[in-house]
Amino acid sequence: MATAPRAAAAPSYAKKFACAGELEQYRQALIERTDPAAPRILVCCGTGCKAVGSLDLLEAMKGAVSAAGAQVRVMPEIKRTGCHGFCSRGPLMSFQPENLFYQRVQPADAEEIVRETILGGKRVQKFLYTPPGSKEPIATVDEIPFFAKQTKLVLKRVGRIDPFDINDALVHGAYKGLVKALTEMTPAQVIEEIKTSRLRGRGGGGFPAGVKWESCAKQPGRHYIICNGDEGDPGAFMDASVMEGDPHAVIEGMAIAAYAIGSDRGFFYVRFEYPLAVQTLTRAIRQAEEMGLIGENVLGTRFTFKVSISTGAGAFVCGESSALMSSLEGKVGRPRPKYIRSTERGFRDSPSNLNNVETYANVPEIILRGGAWYTGIGTERSTGTKVFSLTGNVHNVGLVEVPMGSSLREIVYGIGGGIPNRKELKAVQTGGPSGGCIPIPKKFLDINVGFGRLAEIGSMMGSGGMIVMDENTCMVEVSRYFISFLVGESCGQCAPCREGLTRMKEILTRITRGEGRPGDVELLEEIGTFTNSFSLCGLGTSSANPVLSTIRYFREEYDAHIRDKKCPSGVCKPLFYYEIDPATCTGCGLCRVKCPAKAIAGEKKKPHTIHQDLCIKCMECYKNCKFTSIRIM
Amino acid sequence: MPEAQAICQEPEVDFTVLDRIIFDDYGGNREAMIMMMQAIQRQYRFLPEPALQYISQAIGIPLTKIYEVATFYASFSLVPKGRHIMHVCTGTACHLKGSGGLVQHVAARMGLDGGGTTPDLKFTLETVNCLGACAVSPVVVLDDRYYPKANVGQLNRLIEQIDTE
Ligand SMILES: Cc1cc2nc3c(=O)[nH]c(=O)nc-3n(C[C@H](O)[C@H](O)[C@H](O)COP(=O)(O)O)c2cc1C
Ligand code: FES
Repeated sequence: MATAPRAAAAPSYAKKFACAGELEQYRQALIERTDPAAPRILVCCGTGCKAVGSLDLLEAMKGAVSAAGAQVRVMPEIKRTGCHGFCSRGPLMSFQPENLFYQRVQPADAEEIVRETILGGKRVQKFLYTPPGSKEPIATVDEIPFFAKQTKLVLKRVGRIDPFDINDALVHGAYKGLVKALTEMTPAQVIEEIKTSRLRGRGGGGFPAGVKWESCAKQPGRHYIICNGDEGDPGAFMDASVMEGDPHAVIEGMAIAAYAIGSDRGFFYVRFEYPLAVQTLTRAIRQAEEMGLIGENVLGTRFTFKVSISTGAGAFVCGESSALMSSLEGKVGRPRPKYIRSTERGFRDSPSNLNNVETYANVPEIILRGGAWYTGIGTERSTGTKVFSLTGNVHNVGLVEVPMGSSLREIVYGIGGGIPNRKELKAVQTGGPSGGCIPIPKKFLDINVGFGRLAEIGSMMGSGGMIVMDENTCMVEVSRYFISFLVGESCGQCAPCREGLTRMKEILTRITRGEGRPGDVELLEEIGTFTNSFSLCGLGTSSANPVLSTIRYFREEYDAHIRDKKCPSGVCKPLFYYEIDPATCTGCGLCRVKCPAKAIAGEKKKPHTIHQDLCIKCMECYKNCKFTSIRIM
Repeated sequence: MPEAQAICQEPEVDFTVLDRIIFDDYGGNREAMIMMMQAIQRQYRFLPEPALQYISQAIGIPLTKIYEVATFYASFSLVPKGRHIMHVCTGTACHLKGSGGLVQHVAARMGLDGGGTTPDLKFTLETVNCLGACAVSPVVVLDDRYYPKANVGQLNRLIEQIDTE
C-alpha cells in the first residue's frame, strides 16, 4: 500500500497565541490580506481525482501559469484542495471568484487553459459540464444540479480550502467554535448545546452525541477523546474526504468535546488504506499545536488537549468501538460485550468518548450557531445533514451532503442524475455490509432517509455509503459478496457469528454456482435470524441483514437461481451466457476488438457470433455494444 | 509451495533500523506496537521473524501476543511479498463493476490461487476493501500507481510487462 510520505516543513509561527483575542487579530489580518476578487484556481486533489492524475494536473497548471509569466495580468493562486465531491467527472478544477467549473481536465490541457481562460478570459466548451441527456453545457458550480441541490454544512470548507494550510482554514472560520466554547461557555453549557441540537452519531448507530458526552463527563478519572476514522464500510469515503479536505473541522470538534468532557488527550484512529488522510491530519495537528489551538494551555486558558494519530492495520471489526480501543492499545481488536460501557471503562480502562469523524465535524457549527438552529435542518428525529458517498450505477458518483430526511429520489435522480446506459434502477444499498438492499422502484423511492425510517424497512443508515444498483446486479450475488466480506472480517470469538456467517456463505456460494437446493432459502432465513439474535457485537447482530433483506424483497431471484438455474441479471457466471442478437447487430466490430479472450468473430457489417468455449464472461462486449445487441441468456 | 521457498530467503535484519523504529520513532511505547510493525513491514515488505523476536524483547511483550497481532490484521504478512504488488479493490463499488472477475483473471494468469505471491517472488496479488476512489471503479493499484476503470485487456498488458522483466 502507498505509505504516507513525510509532509514538507510547514511554515512556522512566531509564537503560540496567548489568548483568543490574539487569534482573532491574526485571523482578521489574514482576511484583510486576502482579496476576495483575486483570481484563484482550486484543483481537486481528493483521492478520487488523485487516482486519475490530478497531482500531475496541479503541477502542469503551476508550470503553465509561470511559463506565461509576465503575460498574466494578475497571477492566480493555484490551490490544492480536498474533494470537490463530483468524483465521476475528475480531474476537476474551479476558477474563483466567478466559480467557473472545469471537469475531465488532463495535465496536457494546462497550456490551453492558461492561454484561453486565464489570458483570453474565455470559457473552453469541452471542459464544461453537460448533464446527461442535455446538450447545454453548464459553466458555474452554482448552476450544476449536482452541487446546487446539496446543503453543505460538514463539507462547507472541503474542496474550498487548502487542507495543508491552517491559515486558509482560519480565513474560512476554523476554530471559531472552539474560541466561543472556551471563552463564553462552561463545559456543562457545551454539553447542553449539543443535547439541544439532538445531534446523533454519524458512525452508524445514531446514538445522541450529547447524551454520550454527558455520561462520559460524569465518570471519575482521566478521560479520553477518540475519533473513529476507520471507515471500514467498503464503497464509502465520506470520512476520508472530510479528514483529507478539512482536517481542522474534526480537530476542532474533538477539542470542543474534550473541553466539555474534561479530557486532555485525544486520538485519531485512521485506517491505513487512507495515507492521504493521515498526511493531512498529521500536518494539521502540528500546525494547530504550533498556534496553540491544541496542546498545552490552549489560547492561554487552563484547557490542555494533546492529539495524536494511530493507524489501523486492516480489520473491519476495529471500527466497532471496544475493538477500536483495544487496537489503539496495540492489541488485537476483539469487541467485548456491550454491558461494559466505553464511556465508563474504555481505552486504558478509563472513561472514553468515541465519535465518528462526521459527528465531530458537525460540532463547531452547532456551538457557533446554537443547537436550536441545528434542529431547523433535517427532521424531528434526525437533525442536521448527512454526507453520503453515492456510488455504483449512477451518473454522478461522488460525495453528497443533504438534509436528513431527503428522499432517495432526490438523492439518486436529483443529485445523482439517474442511472446511466438507459438501465433500470433496481435497488439502493445503504448501511454497508451490515445494511440492507432497498428495492426500487417497487415502493421505496420516496422514502425519507433518516435513522428511523431505514431501519423500519430492513436496512440501516450506516455511516453513509449509498450504492445504487441497476438491473444488471444480481441480488443473490450481492448478498454472497457481503457475507463473504463479513466471514473474512468476523473476529471469530463468538460462535453464532463465526459459524453462522460461514454456513451462510457456503449456501450462497452454492446457489450462485447453480447448485442451490430447495429449502436453501428457508435455511438461510433460519441461520440468519439466529446469527442476528445471538452474536456478541454489532458486526454479528447485523451481519445477516444483506441476506434477510434480499430474501425479503427479491425472493424471485433466489428462486430463479435455485429452481431454474438461471441468473437473470447476468452476473453468476455458470448460470448464464451471452449471445449476440443477429437482428440488431450491425457488425460494427467493436465487441470483437474489445474482447480480451478473442471469443467474438464475424465479418464487417454482418452479425457477429460469440464462441461460447472461449468466452470468459468478462462483460466487455456487453458494456461496449452501442446497439444493446448482446443478450444475457 | 511458494511459501516454503519464500521463507528460505529471509533478509538480513538490521537491528539499528529496528532500534530507530522502536525507540526513536515510537519511544518504546507498547501501545504503538501495531505502528512499529507497520514500519518494519514497510522496510522489509513483510515481518521477518528475527524482527518480531527483537520487538518482543525490546518492549517486553510475549512473542505469542505479537504473532496474535500479526495474524489478526489483514495488512501484516509473515512471508515475503513480491517485488511487484498488485492490489485489486474489491470494495462494493468496485465489486459491482466486476473487480471479482479481475482478481480471478490475474490469479489464473499468474498461477495463484485467488491471491498471494508467485514462487519467484516477482509478483504479489492482494485484494483491498475500498480505496476511496469508488468513482473510477474498478480500481487496481500496481506498485502504488492507480489504474482507474481497470479492465482485463489493460491488466494483461501490465502483467506482460512484468513477465518480460
Ligand atoms: C462491525 C462494526 C464496524 C463499525 N465501523 C465503524 C466505522 O468504520 N466508522 C465509524 O465511525 N463507526 C463504526 N462503527 C460504529 C462504532 O462502533 C461506533 O458506534 C461509532 O463510531 C460511534 O460514533 P458516533 O456515535 O459518532 O456514531 C462500527 C460498528 C460495528 C459494530
Ligand atoms: S469500492 Fe473500490 S475504491 Fe471504493
